[in-house]
Amino acid sequence: MQLSELTTADIAAIRARNADAFRPSLWKRFAVPIGVTIACVYIAYCSWFFSISKVVEKANWQIASEYLYDWFSYEVRPDIDYRDGETRIDFPRFSPLGENPDPDWIETREGTVTVVTQNKPKAQQPASQGSFMASPAAGKKATEPETSILDKVGEQGFSFMAPGAQGSGQAKAQAAHEEPQVSTVTRLGIAETTVRLDRGTVLHITPQMVTVTHAGETVELMVNAQENTVKSRSALPSWALQKREDAKVFLDFGFSGRAEVRARETKIARRYLGWENFFFDTRSPYWGMSWGAVGEHLLVGPQLVDGQSNWSVFWDSIVNNAEWQHGDVWIKLLQTIVMAFVGTLFALLIAFPLSFLAARNITPNVVLNQVLKRFFDFLRSVDMLIWALFFTRAFGPGPLAGISAIFFTDTGTFGKLYAEALENIDEKQREGIRSVGASTMQIQRFGVIPQVLPIFISQALYFWESNTRSATIIGAVGAGGIGLKLWEAMRTNQDWENVAYMVILILIVVFIFDNVSNALRSRLIGKQG
Amino acid sequence: MNGETRVAKGPVPLHPAPAETAAYDVDRHYRELAAKRRLYSVVGFSALFAALFFSLWFANETNAGKFFDRLPHLFDFAGDLAPRDGWEIWRAMFDLPSPYFDGSLKYDYPDGRIYLTETFYIPEYIYKMVETLNIAVLATFVGFILGFCLCFLAASNITTSRWLRFFVRRFMEFLRAFPEIVIAGFFLAIFSLGPVPAIIAVAIHTVGALGKMFFEVVENADMKPDEGLRAVGGNWLERVWFGIVPQVMPNFLSYTLLRLEINVRASTIIGAVGAGGFGEVLRLSISRGHEAKTLAIILLLFTTIVAVDQLSAWLRKKLVGEHAFEMGV
Repeated sequence: MQLSELTTADIAAIRARNADAFRPSLWKRFAVPIGVTIACVYIAYCSWFFSISKVVEKANWQIASEYLYDWFSYEVRPDIDYRDGETRIDFPRFSPLGENPDPDWIETREGTVTVVTQNKPKAQQPASQGSFMASPAAGKKATEPETSILDKVGEQGFSFMAPGAQGSGQAKAQAAHEEPQVSTVTRLGIAETTVRLDRGTVLHITPQMVTVTHAGETVELMVNAQENTVKSRSALPSWALQKREDAKVFLDFGFSGRAEVRARETKIARRYLGWENFFFDTRSPYWGMSWGAVGEHLLVGPQLVDGQSNWSVFWDSIVNNAEWQHGDVWIKLLQTIVMAFVGTLFALLIAFPLSFLAARNITPNVVLNQVLKRFFDFLRSVDMLIWALFFTRAFGPGPLAGISAIFFTDTGTFGKLYAEALENIDEKQREGIRSVGASTMQIQRFGVIPQVLPIFISQALYFWESNTRSATIIGAVGAGGIGLKLWEAMRTNQDWENVAYMVILILIVVFIFDNVSNALRSRLIGKQG
Repeated sequence: MNGETRVAKGPVPLHPAPAETAAYDVDRHYRELAAKRRLYSVVGFSALFAALFFSLWFANETNAGKFFDRLPHLFDFAGDLAPRDGWEIWRAMFDLPSPYFDGSLKYDYPDGRIYLTETFYIPEYIYKMVETLNIAVLATFVGFILGFCLCFLAASNITTSRWLRFFVRRFMEFLRAFPEIVIAGFFLAIFSLGPVPAIIAVAIHTVGALGKMFFEVVENADMKPDEGLRAVGGNWLERVWFGIVPQVMPNFLSYTLLRLEINVRASTIIGAVGAGGFGEVLRLSISRGHEAKTLAIILLLFTTIVAVDQLSAWLRKKLVGEHAFEMGV
């Protein structure tokens, strides 16, 4: 039949037959628009309530990308110091490159430098960075530019210059009475340092100028330690930012790293993909070895530490890795697993008999049923958080608190679910068993348990897996496990790579448990479960 | 033991001819099976108990206080919670002036009040409760919208591309398994303190959890409306919107309400680890030893959770009838 063949009478008949389709009730017609309107109003209310636009505006997205990079990369942060007129390279303590690093992406060139020293005992800089430092050679004559810089400083009366220090440029200290006294020494030193962050990004640093090349653009920044200024010779490119005139310049090279050009030093952060020193920290004798060399030491090689086998050193190095704290992380992870396991198992064991007493068809005692059901509701409704805080007070921080919190909450949940399952069983089997004269216990054992056991265990398995996840969170309030460690690693905002490491471990554990629990459940109650 | 005799005797009268050998074989077979089963049970239970005892030992070893040392002090804390008088709880909940006020934060706390007019204010705890509830509702709402959009791409009866399905399912699994606390911590670093990180963390988890529930519902949907729409030339969007959505919507809403119950708890916990809201007040109050305040907060939280659970159960019953869902399954 074609639509065109319909007469008005047919249409009317169809209309009459399907009245609700053509004239649906008001509720049906307006349910969607009403729902959408309510949702929109609610969203508007929430964005006002949480002042979301303000929060998003104030958000620090720059930091977000830094932190995200930290998840899978690390930085090496050399500081190039040139306040004295000589470039000097410092690495912070505990640099991932170990002590006395000498990476090949930092090149130095010797030349004549004029070193400004203040006549104070601490002014003598120690020659700590061995490979970078040339031996000081004093007694050279001052060159013109240095003199002029000093002149300028003197004219402007900059605080630590003696007023009379004009144009002399002599090695001897000025005959000034003011403190502190300043002297300049011209000698052989490191005149230039070139830092190569990646193929297109090079910082060329002299005590007077930092030349930065990145993405095909070059910017020359005049630095003046005495005046404490940084000035660009040309307009700054998009990857450089100077917040105030003469203030430090921030350089952002994307993933390769970043730098901060200050008047007296340039702080550089070069980013590497990967996790630094994941297996061995810089104190370990295995640090810096290739895996081949490590294997050789383990199997044949010479003993590394007196009185300790190489295997034991190997294990110690990994477990006590200062940066990654593998041993501690693994113990905390095991605590989390144990918390979920023991908590769920105990809850199952306690809720199982109680649920028989709470089910009205098994125990026909209304008062007992109601009391138990309200008790389960109470356990469940007092949040896991409250139980966790309570038991952390009672047992002290650690997995016992977590176990108890999960145990209490889940006893309530299991009791409720099991009692409901028991109330929905097929009565015929119980009747059959009762009719052949079985005792009460036998009725439960053969008439009830075979029906509900798969459901019980399936639910317990589901909760075991989901508790592994909740155990992470309640750990953060002190109830043991990896949660607190995660939280501590995040709070410093320094160790996002450790957070990533722990998250990966948690994901692996949850993934394994999820699959084990699903496999067991589908064996118990068939595929549809 | 009853079963044994029943099985052994059962077949004998039915098949008289090979009775001798058959009965013997069945009996032996049953014995073997039973022995094997018993062995499995023994091994399984031994393994379980070994794991349990190791776990308990390990938990006790690594805990700050030892179980049996601390057990007598279990209720010390509960004893510490006893307020000075019963009305203190009431006064703490509604932030009414306390007769014991001594200038400290223990009894009165004008700082947290949200003044609506000169004299009328919302007590801090009520306000925080509303905040936590709003976190949960908003996160559930966002999770619902995104989970709704994703679930059809993961359902095998709607999306034919195997790779897309695989990718969407793994993605949702990832969202579900990713620890909420890390998301909250990360966004705390970006947004600084406030409830927005908690909303994001709970919402991301909800997307994964609801998406999984939803696509399972979609896969169990009746495909006849879809077939009809396909027959009259409906495109993918029309088929989903008019063929699938009307029949799955009640179940979707029901699961969402269930999730809302879970999210109210989750947002409290996330709050306690530093993302603001109700959990944080509770943690602070406990650590400062303000007993009446702590009890008031616990009472308020308990009431709220019970109220949300009851409301959600009632709505779910209206949506999908008596046959409400069991939790989790």
